Amino acid sequence: MENGSLDAFKVIKVDVTKLTRAALEGSGLGTKEMDRSKNMFVLGLCYWMYNRELKNSIKFLEEKFAKAPNILDSNVKLLKAGYAYGETTEAIETRYQINPAPMKAGVYRNIMGNQALAIGLVAASKQSGLPIFYGTYPITPASDILHELSKHKNFGVRTFQAEDEIAAICSAIGASFGGCLGVTASSGPGIALKGEAMGLAVMLELPLVIINVQRGGPSTGLPTKTEQSDLLQAMHGRNGEAPLPIIAACSPADCFNAALEACRIAVEYMTPVMLLSDGYIANGAEPWQFPQTADLPKITATFITEKNGGDKFLPYKRDENLSRPWAIPGTKSLEHRIGGLEKEHETGNINYENENHQFMVRMREAKVNKVADSIPLQKMDNGNEKGKLLVIGWGSTYGAIKMAVIQARAKGYDVSHAQVRYMNPFPKNLGEILYGFEKILVPEMNTGQFLSMLRSKYLVPAEGLNKIKGIPFSSVEIMEKIESMIA
Amino acid sequence: MSTTITPAAAPAGFTAKDLVTDQDIRWCPGCGDYSILKQAQTVIPELGIPRENIVFISGIGCSSRFPYYMETFGMHSIHGRATAVASGLKATRPELSVWIITGDGDALSIGGNHFIHMLRRNFNVNVLLFNNQIYGLTKGQYSPTSEEGKITKSTPYGSLDHPFNPIALAMGADGTYIARSMDRDPVHLKDTLRKANAHKGTSFVEIYQNCNVFNDGAFEIFTEKSSKKIETLMVENGKPFIFGANNEKGIKLDGFKPVIVDLTDGNSANDLWVHDETDRVKAGILSRFFDNPAKEGHFPRPFGVFYKEERNCYEDDLNQQVADVLAKRGEGNLDALLRGREVWEIK
Ligand code: SF4
Repeated sequence: MENGSLDAFKVIKVDVTKLTRAALEGSGLGTKEMDRSKNMFVLGLCYWMYNRELKNSIKFLEEKFAKAPNILDSNVKLLKAGYAYGETTEAIETRYQINPAPMKAGVYRNIMGNQALAIGLVAASKQSGLPIFYGTYPITPASDILHELSKHKNFGVRTFQAEDEIAAICSAIGASFGGCLGVTASSGPGIALKGEAMGLAVMLELPLVIINVQRGGPSTGLPTKTEQSDLLQAMHGRNGEAPLPIIAACSPADCFNAALEACRIAVEYMTPVMLLSDGYIANGAEPWQFPQTADLPKITATFITEKNGGDKFLPYKRDENLSRPWAIPGTKSLEHRIGGLEKEHETGNINYENENHQFMVRMREAKVNKVADSIPLQKMDNGNEKGKLLVIGWGSTYGAIKMAVIQARAKGYDVSHAQVRYMNPFPKNLGEILYGFEKILVPEMNTGQFLSMLRSKYLVPAEGLNKIKGIPFSSVEIMEKIESMIA
Repeated sequence: MSTTITPAAAPAGFTAKDLVTDQDIRWCPGCGDYSILKQAQTVIPELGIPRENIVFISGIGCSSRFPYYMETFGMHSIHGRATAVASGLKATRPELSVWIITGDGDALSIGGNHFIHMLRRNFNVNVLLFNNQIYGLTKGQYSPTSEEGKITKSTPYGSLDHPFNPIALAMGADGTYIARSMDRDPVHLKDTLRKANAHKGTSFVEIYQNCNVFNDGAFEIFTEKSSKKIETLMVENGKPFIFGANNEKGIKLDGFKPVIVDLTDGNSANDLWVHDETDRVKAGILSRFFDNPAKEGHFPRPFGVFYKEERNCYEDDLNQQVADVLAKRGEGNLDALLRGREVWEIK
């Protein structure tokens, strides 16, 4: 089994015998009898994996072993132990993703979200010619990106397991300063720790990709469960006015495109970019009609090699994207200093003057907003661009919303679906789409973060459907809400 | 006592003047930082490194303004993280000469974690820790190297913290080059910087730096002519430990116990402890010469290279691993990676 034949699967090694014996220690059962009840441990584990309750099985056991309390006890104990094992060992994270629509003709493979992210980063490296430096610290549910990436050293990938989350992002910033594509990843708690360094990257205006595989929060929260509650953290979770572009992946396979796109924006706009995934898509799998290298977009990375201001080098002189030049150490006569202090326009010298600060804050904001010029307009996933009800989502709610809207339309309701990938800046036509509908529904796995962004930017009376249970929406839940709003 | 000067490498075609930037220096007049900047600007052109291959990375604090005054590549990063930023840079650009500028608060308090991990990984960089035993930039709170009982703005009744001994800390973190110098001894400082640069691995140099505004005279007893010879021990590889106004005192080892002996009292210099900077156990003992000079029978404070060891550098191993995998598996084929192991067709 260890000869690589299982490489195509996600293999979780569990020493069932040892764990069963440990769970039954002191039960008075002999080793043989203990080993015979291993199946209950595994059953408990499966219940956890598929989010089933133990109640019915316990009832069944109680009836079956009513006359043998000893056996009943050990069976129930094991069932619970198996379930608890799933909950506590963050190693196990298998969820199921169902593709709702009939699939297009073509060649497919299976892919999981974190794997797709890793492959997307490798592809971005190839398409940009920049080596990837991945600085990270293990955290559920993001660690699998590291596991996957560290296999691909023959693509020139350098992975660095740092001493903590802060070192992880800072090392990535150092690598970007040197001309690599620095990437770091974590989940909510780790992203919180990276906040100050993200602000530094905003000031340095260096390319950097920060991946947040979201999980239930706050604090340690629900490490193995999914949530979309870090959207506003991505938007605002830094001191000062520190905007950065945000991209959200909507399915396991989509993580690939999201990673490529995040890298493109980071490099072309010299900016940190936040990529949002979550536990559901990170560990979910789906069939992927994978692309060919030849079809992938090119990412243009340029290092400046000559002075750009007469006899001076101006590290903060901007191009038409408002992006600054990338001058890497080792380039003759471009020696310069950058840092976290406010800097003067063009020269990059430290500057505390009031007018300059306002100018620079606005400049950094304008640069991020300019990303909207290079992203596609928002498309409808299903339905018309105008109508009665728009269901608009972001990230991993995609599958459930898609399914619900297909069903609602089959019932004859005037419902449309749009799934937003570019969370900052929004696509230029997003407002127009919103204004074309009588009602707007925003399902998300938080208390209404995307909802508040839409409301405050576009002043629309959108309504939320919020689920904060650590598990994804079912299409039925969304369908019910659609019916209540439209019928 | 004379100091052996490490010979300079071939000059790199620029001078100390070429390392001066057009920025006004913001340090207080009389600050020890000026001397350190000057010595660094003097030494660096001798090292044979092209100016564009030199990078100074700092954290936050008075000392961390240093990169702005060095006409090389530089980054003034965030508090405590210069070591972490430098790790990523050095990992990917091993050919660069990377210098980290940090202080006692920056490296030992907020950045303590990155500091010890840098030492154990042994990136080939130079870490210059300006130790002034105070928080200068925030205007005078005690630091992790301040002496116990220190009265400062944040400790009007005296600080309660036991101070770090940076040299012993670096020893404990398996540093491979550990030295101490001072702002007021330009010759010694320049020599220590040259040696630090020559060492392959993380070269840690603690530099006693006077903050004349918030902690004036903290190191006076070691730096002033009148007491320097009595209170300091200038260690040199292969030389016996001798100190005193007229070199009349020595230190010998009685088992693992250091003992101060009077050389005018019939003790022979031949019996003294001879410094071997590659001896980890003895360097450990030496690092503990950290007594308060007010204490009766205290040991002199050592300056120079405490310890030196050859060990693999992280960036070399990292890049070797990449090269090995490349040699073994060939350059990655993106199409094969995209395709994965198993595919199926839907018609
Ligand atoms: S506060 Fe102290 S350390 Fe800082 S610049 Fe002034 S004298 Fe130097």
